[in-house]
Amino acid sequence: MNDAFLIQAVKDRFTDGVKTSHSYRGDATVLLGREFLLEVARTLKEDPIFQMNFLMDLTAVDFSTFGTKRSPAFFVNSGVAVSPSPEIPDQDPWPGPPGPARFVVVYHFFSLPLKHRLRLEVPVEEADAEVDSLSSLWAGADWLEREVWDMFGIRFRGHQNLKRILMYEGFVGHPLRKDYPVNKRQPLIGPVN
Amino acid sequence: MPGTMAPWSGIEMSGEAGFLTSRLDEAIGWARKFSIFQYPFVTACCGMEYMATACSHYDVDRFGAGLPRFSPRQADVLFVVGTISHKIAPVLKRIYEQMAEPKWVVSFGVCTCTGGFYDNYATVMGIDTIIPVDIYIPGCPPRPEYVLDGLLKLQAKIQTQAASGERPAPESRPEFER
Repeated sequence: MNDAFLIQAVKDRFTDGVKTSHSYRGDATVLLGREFLLEVARTLKEDPIFQMNFLMDLTAVDFSTFGTKRSPAFFVNSGVAVSPSPEIPDQDPWPGPPGPARFVVVYHFFSLPLKHRLRLEVPVEEADAEVDSLSSLWAGADWLEREVWDMFGIRFRGHQNLKRILMYEGFVGHPLRKDYPVNKRQPLIGPVN
Repeated sequence: MPGTMAPWSGIEMSGEAGFLTSRLDEAIGWARKFSIFQYPFVTACCGMEYMATACSHYDVDRFGAGLPRFSPRQADVLFVVGTISHKIAPVLKRIYEQMAEPKWVVSFGVCTCTGGFYDNYATVMGIDTIIPVDIYIPGCPPRPEYVLDGLLKLQAKIQTQAASGERPAPESRPEFER
């Protein structure tokens, strides 16, 4: 299934759940309300037209400083094309960050039998940063969700063992949040350097 | 061996019985520097370059350092190879403390020397903030020739140290303003 059909198939099944969609440069993406996440994910896994049996990646984005800083001069002068090349399909471009929500939890699904992939994005407010855990559907979501908790401080409802996976016990804060000071150090031993 | 010179002595060995005189500390230094038992503490990509150096093409066994020991209690030289994170720093210190004296530390790769290009929440900015370091081998990763050069400098250092068990004050990075 190509990206347009894939997006339409999700929209047909979850008219209320899908907020927006886009397929920036051919990557089919659907933005969901978080209350629909578990239901949509189960459908993607079990419905014969999706058969998304592989959770490729699960991560998050902090949009709190998006667009507030100019690109480093290096990128401006690097010759890297910032505007889309005419050779790359861009009929359905990225609309920008999703409204007031600070975080977006991102899921990448792939269907091994049907060879198609879909990205789900779930906007999450900072005050209530919690989404449903997918570890009951894909065992691989277990550690990925622990990583998102560790790095961004987003909780996963229904996760059996939601504790830090990369950082150590006693580490305070979530280092990939944009408001974590870039030079803050919390060494276990040795000087704070 | 009539007519040959023992490398640590100034006395020609001659006669059938053969005898030599030497300063004990020089003899011990000579023995130590050519029988380095290393403990490779390998955490990252520098490990590939360490393996290239250790294997037959460059062959650290030529310098008597060909037998890595995977117990710190049997090792003389701690090779710290690769990025050290704050999470593993206590483990590295424990390994260092478990090694018997005399012991030396080689900082292999720029990440262990200074943190390298990492300047973030996770990385130790140079292992000399945790344990004393004898030889720094920067590079990302260092070429095997560079590693061998560091090994020869370590041998020279071992040779010059007194055999009394006393070792020079560990090299440490001077404090600098950020």
